[in-house]
Amino acid sequence: MSTFWNIWVWVLSIGTLVGCFLLLRMCLKNFAGVEEGESMGHTFDGIEELNNPLPKWWSTFFLLTIIWAFGYIALYGLGNWTGLLGWKSSNQGILNIAESKAQTVEYLKKDSGVLVQYDREMEQADAKYGPIFDAYAARSIEDLATDAEALKVGQRLYLQNCSQCHGSDARGTTGFPNLTDKDWLYGGTPEKIKETLLYGRKAVGMMPWATVLGGEEGVKEVAAYVISLSGRSVNADLAKAGKAKFGLCAGCHGPDGQGSLALGLPMGAPNLSDNTWLYGGSQRAIEESIRNGRAGVMPAWKAILGEEKVHVVSAYIYSLSQD
Amino acid sequence: MKNIHEKVEKNIGLFVIFTILAISIGGLVEITPLFFQKATTTPVDNLKPYTALQMEGRDIYIREGCNNCHSQMIRPFRAETERYGHYSVAGEQVWEHPFLWGSKRTGPDLARVGGRYSDDWHKAHLYDPRSVVPESNMPAFKWLAENTLDGEITGKKLETFNWLTRNRSHKDENGNAIPLYTQAEIDGAGDAVKGRTEMDALVAYLQSLGHALK
Repeated sequence: MSTFWNIWVWVLSIGTLVGCFLLLRMCLKNFAGVEEGESMGHTFDGIEELNNPLPKWWSTFFLLTIIWAFGYIALYGLGNWTGLLGWKSSNQGILNIAESKAQTVEYLKKDSGVLVQYDREMEQADAKYGPIFDAYAARSIEDLATDAEALKVGQRLYLQNCSQCHGSDARGTTGFPNLTDKDWLYGGTPEKIKETLLYGRKAVGMMPWATVLGGEEGVKEVAAYVISLSGRSVNADLAKAGKAKFGLCAGCHGPDGQGSLALGLPMGAPNLSDNTWLYGGSQRAIEESIRNGRAGVMPAWKAILGEEKVHVVSAYIYSLSQD
Repeated sequence: MKNIHEKVEKNIGLFVIFTILAISIGGLVEITPLFFQKATTTPVDNLKPYTALQMEGRDIYIREGCNNCHSQMIRPFRAETERYGHYSVAGEQVWEHPFLWGSKRTGPDLARVGGRYSDDWHKAHLYDPRSVVPESNMPAFKWLAENTLDGEITGKKLETFNWLTRNRSHKDENGNAIPLYTQAEIDGAGDAVKGRTEMDALVAYLQSLGHALK
């Protein structure tokens, strides 16, 4: 704060307090020229104003608030002065994360003379929870997935961060995968799950196929064939025509529609032969997927949660599909 | 000194002046200096201006009153930063006119919602919140998917923001202000948003929030 504004703040603040005190002192004196308790000499509708002094309890409390204010300023500061406690709630004025971290380190030093409330709170939490997460980080995801306490932590984190898309029961919804079954887009091993959480996934994306397939008829044919892959009965002629066009789909979904994961490819094309449907398994939904394409995105969580927490969430998610 | 308060009480003009003086002191001490502080007028390093589409989305956010239930202000408490990320700082907000901090926290804070969910999720959620979060009590905003933008005044909006932020933009190495938008961006703004749905714009805006301090 520049000198001008520092003086501005000091003069107005202290001036107000002193002004309030002088006003109180003035009002405690009887300068009306009328005896205490006597009439001030005017009446409205039979209501008469008497020259009564300010109530003692009221003026005492007024005085106490002024004294309180000076005590408050002494402890918490005013203008550029940080006060006897050196207290502030957070590090404002930082321009990037690196500066924020540097200030945290600086002010946590014992002799810094500054007490940043938020940093202290985080330091205490780290002392309490840090060792727990450290211990979790040292164990494998398979191991954690059998630890009831760790799973409870993982579930809390899951509910707070993941349930918005995958549901509070982790069974997903249209467009957002079910995490409790054994059907995976990018792999269900502990390593793959953690990779997905840390860095996110972006499906290569299914393009809109309507034009390429020769319009609505082509969409219907391919949809019929896709439905037949999971053993449902369809119009055989349509499915046959669809099969002839399925070569276009095989690049990602595999020649038998077994999905990109079965082919060992990281493009997120679902298995079409297992009757588990990410975007709905009705004829209409499948046609819609073929007609307009699909592209799922899983956000990256490393920057938001940090690796230690992702490790625990991974264990929770891994545990969901274990028998 | 005699009857000095009678003078104030019976002269309405004088009474108004004294009242304004008395109630403005708090603001003069606590608010006025902030207009001239480095911490409240310097943009954080990575602050980026809204694109034309994001700017339109921001106006839809205001029109639909999202700020009535969602704050954009992460307070420096562990309970909030664990959930939302780094607490908000003034430098992230220097280009906001008006700021959308909100005060009623019915829904989650959105200050750093950008990148947290996929575009698909936002679209499904705005169209019908219960389709993805059954426990949600957020209203559905179905019309956003149908209304399209005409982009007629988008360029003017960008131009206005150039003016509003003229003293608070990033500086180049010679200390000269870098306007938020170039003339080419202003000229192309209308075409950039024309025909896009309001849903596209709002999702683009939401996805832009909070990246400046991550």
